Amino acid sequence: MRLGIDVGGTNTDAVLVKGEQILASTKQSTSDDIASGIVAAIEQVIAQANIGCSDITAVMIGTTQFTNAFVERKCLDKVAALRLCLPASQSLPPFADWPKDLLEAIDAHYYLSAGGYEYDGREISAIDTKDLDRIAKDICAKGVTSVAISSVFAPVRDAMELQAAEILRKFNPQLDITLSKDIGRLGLLERENAAIMNASLASHAKKVVASFEAALQTMGINAPFYLTQNDGTLMQAQEVAKFPVLTFSSGPTNSMRGAAWLSGVDAGLVVDIGGTTSDVGALLNGYPRESSVSVDIGGVRTNFRMPDVLAIGVGGGSLVDADGTVGPKSVGSKLQQEARVFGGEQLTASDVAVDAGRANFGDASLLADVGNAQLKAALVSIERQIEDGIDRMKTQAGDQPVILVGGGSVLLGERLNGAGNIIRPPHFAVANAVGAAIAQIGGEVDQVYAYAEIPREQAIEEASERAKQTAIDAGACADSVEIIDIEEVPLAYLPNGAVRLRVKAVGDLIEVQD
Amino acid sequence: MNKKNSVTIRKQDLKPIAEGAAFLGTGGGGDPYIGRLVAEALFDRYGEPEMIEASELDDDANVYVSAMMGAPTVLVEKIIGGPELDLSISALEKYTGKKADAILPVEMGGCNSMLPLAVAAMRGLPVINADGMGRAFPELQMVTFNVHGINASPMSMANEHGESVIINARDSKETENKARQLIINMGGSAAISCYPMNGAQVKQTAITGTLSLAMGIGQSLAQGRKENVAVKHLVEFLRSSEYYQHARVLFSGKIVNLKSSIEGGFTKGECFIQGLGGQASQQMSVEFQNENLVARLNGQLVAMVPDLICLVDSDTGTPITTESLKYGQRLSVIAASVPPIMRSDKALSVFGPRAFGYDFDFTAVEKL
Repeated sequence: MRLGIDVGGTNTDAVLVKGEQILASTKQSTSDDIASGIVAAIEQVIAQANIGCSDITAVMIGTTQFTNAFVERKCLDKVAALRLCLPASQSLPPFADWPKDLLEAIDAHYYLSAGGYEYDGREISAIDTKDLDRIAKDICAKGVTSVAISSVFAPVRDAMELQAAEILRKFNPQLDITLSKDIGRLGLLERENAAIMNASLASHAKKVVASFEAALQTMGINAPFYLTQNDGTLMQAQEVAKFPVLTFSSGPTNSMRGAAWLSGVDAGLVVDIGGTTSDVGALLNGYPRESSVSVDIGGVRTNFRMPDVLAIGVGGGSLVDADGTVGPKSVGSKLQQEARVFGGEQLTASDVAVDAGRANFGDASLLADVGNAQLKAALVSIERQIEDGIDRMKTQAGDQPVILVGGGSVLLGERLNGAGNIIRPPHFAVANAVGAAIAQIGGEVDQVYAYAEIPREQAIEEASERAKQTAIDAGACADSVEIIDIEEVPLAYLPNGAVRLRVKAVGDLIEVQD
Repeated sequence: MNKKNSVTIRKQDLKPIAEGAAFLGTGGGGDPYIGRLVAEALFDRYGEPEMIEASELDDDANVYVSAMMGAPTVLVEKIIGGPELDLSISALEKYTGKKADAILPVEMGGCNSMLPLAVAAMRGLPVINADGMGRAFPELQMVTFNVHGINASPMSMANEHGESVIINARDSKETENKARQLIINMGGSAAISCYPMNGAQVKQTAITGTLSLAMGIGQSLAQGRKENVAVKHLVEFLRSSEYYQHARVLFSGKIVNLKSSIEGGFTKGECFIQGLGGQASQQMSVEFQNENLVARLNGQLVAMVPDLICLVDSDTGTPITTESLKYGQRLSVIAASVPPIMRSDKALSVFGPRAFGYDFDFTAVEKL
């Protein structure tokens, strides 16, 4: 039996899942200390399902804690950035193009040293251990406890990053060290940025993971626990303490994964309608399609795995203007006070849904003085905007199934242009927690191959095997591991058929094969 | 040299120049983001360079072209912009025995719009407001310098190890062939200098005013965005320019199909754009080989290389590179005439439709 928990900024949701069945679910407020909100949610679902804590075999938590901390510049460590690259890549040192307030928050020491690789794995230069000794001493002298290490083409070869970490640890075994090869993809600056972000969250991650642990212990739950990553797969708790940045943006991913599981549809579109915005994303093989462009987080450019989600300014609390246009302004969380059907002054998208008979809350008679034309136009405005979002996020022409989740999904009727069929799965309000509960273990390989030297089929096979093994090493059940994505990006302007190959494998978690 | 009419390229000019170059790059050249950051960093260290007009060059001035060659994917990992930039120039100086007086961009596209500015800053030399394409092309010989009989050789290539190579090939195409092979050995990218010329040759062969034009495009996009009319604003700006006056939005719609594959180191493919609303029955297709080459409306040719065919986001006017095209994007296709120097018979034999394997001759966009 799996316990899925989603710790959001506002709500903490929990679900109990056994096999294909949802036994219990709840929505609680997120507490300031995080732990007590989790405890309250767990108490609820355990009581509902009438089970003992020992029946729980695994706990999966999705959280926005780390994203929020970084974006708000709270609880961040000072970071030293070490890049192995010389004599290459010296014109743009680490922290290039970072916002000033962030630099102040994490204190920006950086070091460039010899090392790094060419795209084909040749060394740019040998690692300089003497220089690294000097840097290690300097880091210790500055009292910095968290370090981000990057090297040119680390995704192709990671030996130098590992060696540099070993040298630094000789001088201070307690150092928190993030290696860029564990975090991101090709693109030195973006990968290094993500590694620095991760390093800045090192102490906070330990604290948050400890508070999750404490909450579970309070409840007497001894099952292993995991956090969900932004690609919809799991990390063990002790790994999260090392790689908090990999949880960034796991919220939309969990919601889409949950929607796929609840509806039994693994290819189509998911529309998650909240109070202020709707998120639209595409599902491929039950996973969200990933974004192919660089993503700014807290003003810093990164390139790690993120779901490709389009936010549309339409939600349950969106304001309706005189000519019936809906959004992007919203009453937000004050729907219960400000919407017309609740006795408020504002005409919102929810009022429109009540008038159309799609939703059944508040007092519909309070809408008597609103013009029919305005209400009708608003209904059209909502549908057009959602249809437009669906159309933009489609990966191919033709109608596709559309899964509606989130509290605001009552805004929509039974027909949408571009939607083959509309599915409203049960438990749609806690899709996030469901997505966490069903998360799998993944493994990924991202490397440049020269097809002139290693034939394409052989390269793909080799990368696939390595991706599968990475998933198995991380705790996936070997029988269940499969390749879910192969992406080939040719390196343009080079004649020897060099291709950047990205392969992703996932499998079920060993403990939860119930 | 007469510098009285020079203008300082300021750090804040780099963003609009980069965006303008991304537009003129017509899908090719990669993302200029890294190139811009490199130029910003070098401006901080060495000061902001001066830009001069080609007409102000002394006839015997020594002009050196500066660029990077190789894969954009390598560039984002092994960032160029250290001593190799300087070395590419000094290696060629040593070979020719002539000290550089000014730096000339080879193309307006991606990173190569930014690096000449960085080199000029490093060297304390002026950069010339001109280039050899007024756009981007994939190969070295596809420039007006070559059209007018100037050889790309002697050419220098330099990398971060302080290694440099001089190529002395019989013509520009052969220079390209040899350099392309060497690039692999040099780590996938290199700083280069080629087409060494004197001032008189530059005046005769370069396309002038293109650096300030790129900046103007970037600025007009930024201005247009404020009023939500970026695409319209951009087209109006192009029409007011000397070269690109035959500019218009060929079509607007969304991508409904995308075919792309890799052949001989190039991203080749075609994207299909369906009209929206009243134009829903119309379809435009754009064929590309890194850069956009040919646009057809309902099967009918409406624009072709070397005229510019640019894909921009319909809302923001942001230029879209070939690598970042995806299904569902809302695009406007803008076509613009290129300067007459790019449309001569000699020029068309180097970078007209037939040079890219098409079996038809060039027809100007204003006649289609």
